[in-house]
Amino acid sequence: MKVLLVLPVLVPLTTAALSLLSFRRAARQRALGLIGSVLQLAVGVALLRAVHRGGIQSTQLGGWPAPYGITFVVDLFSALMVLLSGVIAVATSLYSLSDIDRERREHGFYPLMHALLMGTNGVFVTGDLFNLYVWFEVTLIASFVLLVLGNERPQMQGAIKYVAMNLISSALFLTGLGVLYGSVHALNMADLSLKLPSLAPPIRFTLAMIFLVAFGIKAAVFPLFFWLPDSYHTPPVTVTALFAGLLTKVGVYALVRSFTLLFVSDGEATHALLLGIAAFTMAVGVLGAVSHREVRRILAFHSVSQVGYMVMGLGLFTLSSLSGAIFFVLHHAIIKSNLFLISGIMRSGGKDARLDLQGGLLARSPGLSACFLVTALSLAGMPPLSGFWAKLILVRSGLDVGSRGAAAVVATSLAVGLVTLISMTKIWNEAFWKPAPAGADLAPRESGARRSALLYLPVVLLTALGVTLGMAPEPLLAVVRRAAAQLADPTDYVRAVLGEGRP
Amino acid sequence: MTVLLAIVVGGLYASGLFLMLRRSIVKLAFGLVLLGHGTNLLILTAAGVVRGRPPLIPKGEGAFHAPPADPVAQALILTAIVISFAVVAFAVVLLHRVHRTMGSDDIDSLESTRP
Repeated sequence: MKVLLVLPVLVPLTTAALSLLSFRRAARQRALGLIGSVLQLAVGVALLRAVHRGGIQSTQLGGWPAPYGITFVVDLFSALMVLLSGVIAVATSLYSLSDIDRERREHGFYPLMHALLMGTNGVFVTGDLFNLYVWFEVTLIASFVLLVLGNERPQMQGAIKYVAMNLISSALFLTGLGVLYGSVHALNMADLSLKLPSLAPPIRFTLAMIFLVAFGIKAAVFPLFFWLPDSYHTPPVTVTALFAGLLTKVGVYALVRSFTLLFVSDGEATHALLLGIAAFTMAVGVLGAVSHREVRRILAFHSVSQVGYMVMGLGLFTLSSLSGAIFFVLHHAIIKSNLFLISGIMRSGGKDARLDLQGGLLARSPGLSACFLVTALSLAGMPPLSGFWAKLILVRSGLDVGSRGAAAVVATSLAVGLVTLISMTKIWNEAFWKPAPAGADLAPRESGARRSALLYLPVVLLTALGVTLGMAPEPLLAVVRRAAAQLADPTDYVRAVLGEGRP
Repeated sequence: MTVLLAIVVGGLYASGLFLMLRRSIVKLAFGLVLLGHGTNLLILTAAGVVRGRPPLIPKGEGAFHAPPADPVAQALILTAIVISFAVVAFAVVLLHRVHRTMGSDDIDSLESTRP
């Protein structure tokens, strides 16, 4: 058994357990949380190196051979996602040091956060569809509690929708699993990818649609996204940044995995449907963003819109579009977490992040303004920032496909990019540029230079990371291209899981 | 037997969805529970119902006689039941809190306070 493959789950589990043991000692919990996150980042780096050098790695838990036992398998896409979750974990842990109040800390914020990370990492490394369900549930339960932790009234309102929608999604996922197991008697994803092509097309298509809806709810695609904007603006900023960075990505990851490995035989129909969904998700999300006037709501609607781009990459289903989708996932997680973290600092200047109550941030904190400007432009896809490269790859691969549907999606994505820019300009104009409104409560929420330095540090780090991705995308692009090649041709994946004897 | 189970599964899904579409938060929870039970039964049914043949090889023999009951489906359902217990426990606590905060179990009362 290769220990490295189990570490992405083991490290957060240990961190969560140790923080539970030091439940009443805040200082120790904070230190543990930070150390755990850094270790997780290190594991991500090590995993990416191992997979980059040695190809797809797999391990069988308990030593049972592949289709019978539980498989952990890491290809480049998974490794990149684990690395990403490490980056987000470190950034949010740093931010949480001063953002999370005492009450939340005492009610187990840190154990929950690491339970959530354990769940997402489990999703990324598992090679078994039922285990995917189990990790989804681990993630879900942790996210439920994080969402309502603190017991504030608006949190309850968002939580009911979030809980109900996600439980429906889980029930659907399990239904799909039941039908799938009943028809091919396999749950291992590599095994399934061999057995599914021989299944009767109507059943296979039905299964594909069930999984599309189940994962689509988690990824927040049109028309299943409405739980997201209603729940993302209520919990503390740290939690929102963690959710925006990782939770929807988990849904996107599951979509990409299932529609590159399992349901590729009916490519025409399913991927055309995915393209349509992508176009509507982009458009509706960005229109929602334009119509709102509260920073975190705008950002939440943008999240929906950006998921559309990722699904677009999956729907086009060419080598370059898949690499575009992967690059977009990485870019978006970093940028969007950063924007949420910035919105938290903005809000600490007043009670609410409603735009008409904001103002004058450019004069008061030029550093924050610079970070916001760079990140916002990157979200909108301005060259030479990371969003530009992500969109460029997607648009070019859409044009290369050359069909009428692809052209329509490309046109939508370009228009949506423009509207994204307009709505980010709105935040810029209102919160940063215009003078502060009279009578606004602009006193900082927390005083003390050390505390605010702790808020700024992750923002600066993430901004720097985003800018680096934009200025020097080539090393990452090379890795992403190889990851996409592994997705497009699952032969290596299947061989890594089932052993040399199988095709 | 399979037909009967299929009808029961359909009934559970239908009543679960019906309850979830009502406006009450309590009915939402009951709907989720019924949907979960329906799903578990569906896995059992889809994997093939076998009566009285445990997946054990008789003493002194090297292979199964008849097709035995599928242990994997039962393991899956066991896991799903454990998970749904946790989720339902959380949902009940959440409903209690929401009821305490809102003073009503009508889902629409959540909407009225939106900005």
